[in-house]
Amino acid sequence: MNPPPTVATDESGASESSRQPVISVKNVSKWFGAFQALKNISLDVHRGERIVLCGPSGSGKSTLIRCLNRLEAHQEGEIIIDGVALHNRMRNIEVVRAEIGMVFQQFNLFPHMTVLENLTAAPMWVKGVSKGEAVDLAMTLLERVRIPEQANKYPSQLSGGQQQRVAIARSLCMNPKVMLFDEPTSALDPEMVSEVLDAMTDLAKSGMTMICVTHEMGFARAVADQVIFMDRGEIVEKNSPTNFFMNPQSPRTQLFLSQILRH
Amino acid sequence: MHIDTVVGDRLVHKPKFLAALFAAAFALFFAINVSDTSLGISLASLIGNMVAGDAYGRGIIALILAAIFVADIAIIGFLPLRAQLIVVWLQLAVLFLAFFLVFHLSFPFILSKLRFMIVQGVVTTLYVSAIAISISFMLAIAGAIAKLSNNGFAIAIANFYTSLFRGLPLLMQVYLIYLGLPQLGYVVDAIPAGVAALSLCYGAYMTEIFRAGIESIPKGQWEASRALGFKFGLTMRRIILPQAIPVIVPPTGNQFIAMLKDSSLVSVIGVWEVMFLARTMGTKTFQHMEMLITAAMIYWILSMGLEAVQSRIEAYYRRRGAR
Repeated sequence: MNPPPTVATDESGASESSRQPVISVKNVSKWFGAFQALKNISLDVHRGERIVLCGPSGSGKSTLIRCLNRLEAHQEGEIIIDGVALHNRMRNIEVVRAEIGMVFQQFNLFPHMTVLENLTAAPMWVKGVSKGEAVDLAMTLLERVRIPEQANKYPSQLSGGQQQRVAIARSLCMNPKVMLFDEPTSALDPEMVSEVLDAMTDLAKSGMTMICVTHEMGFARAVADQVIFMDRGEIVEKNSPTNFFMNPQSPRTQLFLSQILRH
Repeated sequence: MHIDTVVGDRLVHKPKFLAALFAAAFALFFAINVSDTSLGISLASLIGNMVAGDAYGRGIIALILAAIFVADIAIIGFLPLRAQLIVVWLQLAVLFLAFFLVFHLSFPFILSKLRFMIVQGVVTTLYVSAIAISISFMLAIAGAIAKLSNNGFAIAIANFYTSLFRGLPLLMQVYLIYLGLPQLGYVVDAIPAGVAALSLCYGAYMTEIFRAGIESIPKGQWEASRALGFKFGLTMRRIILPQAIPVIVPPTGNQFIAMLKDSSLVSVIGVWEVMFLARTMGTKTFQHMEMLITAAMIYWILSMGLEAVQSRIEAYYRRRGAR
C-alpha cells in the first residue's frame, strides 16, 4: 500500500491523493431468495472521499454498505477492501472488519457494558492494546464527540443522540480506514439529529473516508463529495452535491427529491 | 405484571364477600364431615362428645371451623402486604406440618437417624446434583450453539440428543446407563452412572432454555460485535451470553430444583443419597413414615436454599439492568 502523497489537505478533493481506491466494488449483484437487492453495482471509493447514498426504502443502499464489511454476502461481482477481496472462503474477515467502522441505525451499543467498556473492548480484545492505553484513547474520542462525562454510565441511561455518538466513538477506537453509516439519524428524536450530524461533520473534516446512507440532505450538501442515488437495486445517478440537488438528471431522482424536499 | 393504580375497598372486608365465604366454608366443612378426623375429635371434646357424632354436632363443628377461617382471613386483611405474606406463608406451613403430626411420628427415632441422613444422604445428594448441574450447564451451552449453527452434523447430533434425552423417562436413562453400558464392556459405578444420567437429561432440557435465551438477543448485537472485528467465540462469550444469562436464570433455576429432587431416582441403583436412606433406614423397625417424612422435609429445605440462590441472582441482574 503506497502512502498518499502529502499534498492532500482536509478540504481539497482527497480522492486524487491516492491512485488506488480504498473500496472497489465491481459488478456486484445480490439476491434475497428470488428478490434481487443489488443489480450490477460498481463503485470506487478513494481515501478521504465522503459519499452519501440515498434512495427510497428498499432501494438496496443499506444492503450495499452491509456488503462492504460482509455483514451480508454478495453473490456476483467483486468487492475489494484495501487490496483484500471479500469472498465466502476468506480466512480472516475480522482483519478487514477491524479496519472498517460501522454505525447502525439502532446504535447497537452493548447494553451490559458501560460507555467506556463499549469503547475499550475492541482495542483490548482484538488488537491486544493495554487497558490504560485503551482508556486513554476512549476518553480522547469521547471528548471528540463531546460526551466524556458519560463514560461510566450504561447505554440505557443516555439519550438516543448520546448513544449514537458513543457508537461513532466506539467505531473510531479501532482507528478504521473507512467509516460506514447506516441511516445513523433515522431512529433519533428530531432534536437529537443535529448533535449526531455535527459529530459526523467533524469526522469528515478530519479527512475520514465515509460512506453514509442517510436522508439528511443538508448534511449531504455540506459534507459529501459525491451523492449517489439508488433505486430498485441500481445506482441511478452519481453526482456532486451541487449538481445532484440543482440539476438532477434522472426522472427517478427528480421524483425522489421532490418527495423528500417538499416540506 | 402491571398493578392497577386505582385501589378499591379490600375484597376481604366486604360483608357480602365475608358472608359468602363463610357460607362456602361451612358447606364445605359440613360436606366433607371432619367429625372422625383428628381435628374433629379434638373439637368434639370442646363441644361435648355426646353431640359430636350426629348431624347436629357435625354442623356445630363445621360452624366453628368456618368462623375461625373467615375471622382469620378478615384479620389478615388488615395487615400490610409484607406481614400478610409472612403470616399466610406460616399458617400454610403450620397446617402442612400438622398433617405430619397426625402420623404420631417417633421423634427420638428421627433424631437418632438424622445425623447419618445428613452426613451421608444430604452430602451425597448435594454433590451428585452439583456435579450434574455443572456438566448439564456445559452440555446445554454446547447443545444450544450446535442447534443455532449452520453445521449439519452439529444440528443433527444436538437434535437427536435433546430428542432422546427429553423423550425417555429419567428413571429409564439411569437404568440404561448403569445396566446397559456394562453390556458394551464398560462397568460404571453407581455414582458416575447416576451423575451421567442426570447431566444428560437436564443438559437436554437446558439446551432448549439456552437456545431460546441466545435467540432472544437482538441480531444487531451480533452485527455490532462482528463489525468491530470480534470472532464468533469472543462474541458469544463476552457479548451474547452475558446478555442472555438474565433471561436464562429463572427457567434454569427451575431446572436445578427439579434436578435436585430427581437425583432421588439414582437411589434405584444403590447410591446412598437421601431417598435411598429414607427407604432403607426405617425398614428394620417398620418406621417407614418417619424416614420418608424426614426426607421430604430435607428436599424441601434444600429446594428453598436453591430458590434463595436463584432469587439473589435474579435480583443482581435486575439491579444491573436498572442502571
